[in-house]
Amino acid sequence: MTPFPFAAIVGQDEMKTAMVLTAIDPKIGGVLVFGDRGTGKSTAVRALAALLPPIEAVAGCPCNSAQPEECPDWADVTDKSLVTRPTPVVDLPLGVTEDRVTGALDIERALTRGEKAFEAGLLARANRGYLYIDEVNLLEDHIVDLLLDVAQSGENVVEREGLSIRHPARFVLVGSGNPEEGELRPQLLDRFGLSVEVTSPDDIDTRVEVIRRRDAYETDHAAFMAEWGPQDAALRDRILTARAALAQVRTSNVALHDCASVCLALGSDGLRGELTLLRTARALAAYEGASELTRDHIRSAAPMALRHRLRRDPLDEAGSSARVARQLAEVLP
Amino acid sequence: MTPFDESATSPGRPPPPGADPWAQAGLALTLLAIDPRGLRGLWLRARTGPVRDRVMAALAPLALRKLHPGISDEALSGGMDLSATLATGAMQRHAGLLDNAGPLCLSMAERCPPGLAVRLGQALDTRDGLSLIALDEAAEEGEGLPQALSDRLGLFLALDGFTWSETPDITLPHAAIATAQARLGQVANGAALARLTRVAAELGIASLRAPLLALACARAHAAWRGVDAVEEPDLQIAVALTLAHRATRLPEEAPPPEEAPPEPPPDQNDSDPDSDQTPPDIPDEMLVDAARAALPPGLLAQLQAARMARAAQGQSGAGAKRKSLRRGRPMPSRAGKPGAGARVDVIATLRQAAPWQRMRRQMMPGRAEGRLLLMPADIRIRRYQDQTDRVLIFVVDASGSSALARLAEAKGAVELMLAEAYSKRDHVALVTFRGTQAELSLPPTRSLVQAKRRLAGLPGGGATPLASALQVALAAAEQARGHGMAPTLALLTDGRGNIALDGQADRAQAGEEAAQLARAIAQRAIPALVVDTSLRPKPALRMLSDQMGATMIALPRADARTLSRTLGAALGG
Repeated sequence: MTPFPFAAIVGQDEMKTAMVLTAIDPKIGGVLVFGDRGTGKSTAVRALAALLPPIEAVAGCPCNSAQPEECPDWADVTDKSLVTRPTPVVDLPLGVTEDRVTGALDIERALTRGEKAFEAGLLARANRGYLYIDEVNLLEDHIVDLLLDVAQSGENVVEREGLSIRHPARFVLVGSGNPEEGELRPQLLDRFGLSVEVTSPDDIDTRVEVIRRRDAYETDHAAFMAEWGPQDAALRDRILTARAALAQVRTSNVALHDCASVCLALGSDGLRGELTLLRTARALAAYEGASELTRDHIRSAAPMALRHRLRRDPLDEAGSSARVARQLAEVLP
Repeated sequence: MTPFDESATSPGRPPPPGADPWAQAGLALTLLAIDPRGLRGLWLRARTGPVRDRVMAALAPLALRKLHPGISDEALSGGMDLSATLATGAMQRHAGLLDNAGPLCLSMAERCPPGLAVRLGQALDTRDGLSLIALDEAAEEGEGLPQALSDRLGLFLALDGFTWSETPDITLPHAAIATAQARLGQVANGAALARLTRVAAELGIASLRAPLLALACARAHAAWRGVDAVEEPDLQIAVALTLAHRATRLPEEAPPPEEAPPEPPPDQNDSDPDSDQTPPDIPDEMLVDAARAALPPGLLAQLQAARMARAAQGQSGAGAKRKSLRRGRPMPSRAGKPGAGARVDVIATLRQAAPWQRMRRQMMPGRAEGRLLLMPADIRIRRYQDQTDRVLIFVVDASGSSALARLAEAKGAVELMLAEAYSKRDHVALVTFRGTQAELSLPPTRSLVQAKRRLAGLPGGGATPLASALQVALAAAEQARGHGMAPTLALLTDGRGNIALDGQADRAQAGEEAAQLARAIAQRAIPALVVDTSLRPKPALRMLSDQMGATMIALPRADARTLSRTLGAALGG
């Protein structure tokens, strides 16, 4: 069954915007979706795959290289023609073994032909695409360490049985989880460009509409897809247009100054927050068809770009969203 | 196994009210058989016993495949079949339980670890034709099914109220089920969708999976009755079987009058014209009543307690779980270097090395035939899951006139608890507060000698900086968590704070700050105990204790021995 269409998701505007923005500018670096059960987190991530514009890659390359000369030597790529394929969205299941993530010796070839060969893992498949971790807060520590390392260097290195393999592994991390079941380490939090919090809608009409669409999707699949498919396609076109316009969005010194002062006021660690805020605001401007980055864009982008980068304050019960809003009102009146 | 077992396990609990609960239990099984895809499964809350055996016997024709909370990843999602691979010389996989459609049965579901629950939940979401029957044998308050599963499984049955003598055998009518299955596709929703959504909201159910599951249940029931549209009886059954147990509140009587009567949805794409002519709807409050009737008294509170406890890990006496190389329950072994306390898992290591033998032999000619070629990367080490050590953080009021006596008792209690701590792996820390601020007088320790030395010269007297004490205690608890320990706070005081965090004597601000910190402690789910040592218990302290989510004990003039015994009991040993 094709995934639930992105355009048919009712409400949850911040989550949808965040996902669209990372599709416009992958450099923003991924989304973390935290929220209660049954709020449509995983539905949205699975729907995102259909929205992503296709990429051009070498047909036989296990890590989706863009040019034949970029293919790693160990892969023995025979088919070097360029093909267009959907942006890879790779699921990283909980309980996955290290071997499957990084890749390991090809067991089949070792057995049948006694040859030493490398079998690419999930990180290779996710190169130039998305890596999706559902229930990211329950992921085992040693896998988290491994992901942090690779996400930092953009390269996966495997040393084993005299085999020394490296290949590019640049991917956008998308995670979802339920904060009640465990917190995320700050180091991993920081790797996500944006973070959004979802709650289930408390307005009855919205809830009824959610259930109605989901029910139609399940009981009358073909008709439902025929209705929403074109809207997904329109959204994809809009993303492509925004991508092209991204470089043309003018960024004034005032905007840069605004980004810096918001981050300073919030005391977010490092420069990563500022950079992400700038990129997100710019992607938002491009998405809205604006030619210049304005204060409004920064204001709308700040909560999702910064709320997971704040130091925790035990005396503040309002949560980080409220803190960001409070500082925004003060710094950018 | 005798009929008497049942009465022993459920002492004096009245049978659930309702028309004929046992018939409804049979109905639930029938509905699950009709639409396992829509209903996703059944949460069966019952201790083992003849009544549960009856239910399981009725389900036996569905060919349940069993799994248990300790199931390995390989059994769950498949893996390499080593013996077949070696025998044939080509890669052979064996299928996992999740690879095939059909109903699964999870025994001892209350012990299901979160990782397994999540993976089962994901499989239920994404794989067609998979359903799950979770046998929840929760005995104590605070036990229950992980939310990742309870949210997804449609039906709920609690069997604890039934006795063996009044429960006849259940036989699923297979022919009728097949007829109902054929009809299922034609059943129209009518107004059911909107009404079930509204009732779910009224019962305080946040998850949007609930109305969908209720809708599936109502449709299955309509198909079972042999009608083509969902009607009132279907809705009532759906509410009773799928929504009632999820309720977080039961509206008392008469819901708000401005609730407009449900109108048929205008643009329902699969509703046939007849559905608009359904008889005038019974108001939603009837459906809420159906939910109320479906719940045995006290069950909702129990389920909620389980939810809370699941959310606040480490709430029970024992510490939270952590991985260990030495002791605890075994977990899957993984690659690593022996030494530093790690033990080699020989079988896993051999399994790892086996497939590569042919290749290695070719690469390393001259090795003796028949000798195993082992590489460092093959080595697998054992891992275990262990309980973390507990830290008991005493927060002792050393202010005022009675300070000296109270402090002495607290010191005594700390020493007594430390003396017993070794077997329980408890650590103890002490925060004292007096004058303008609190200090961590004794960092977490297990050393009795060190504790005695530090406690010997603690001064008393002065004002009561309660907020500062809570702040220091919270920091110590967070730090202990960071070190992988499970902290518990025990606050001993007889009064209310009168010194604010900045050291000023401002009663109002001090109270406000203390309340904020108490809520912060509750938010982080740090288990806490408040011991009121004054002669007359004070309501202000009771309020603070509630804000902290703490247990409150009044212990005027407690001596060290009583104190340590009470604390030990309250913390669950």
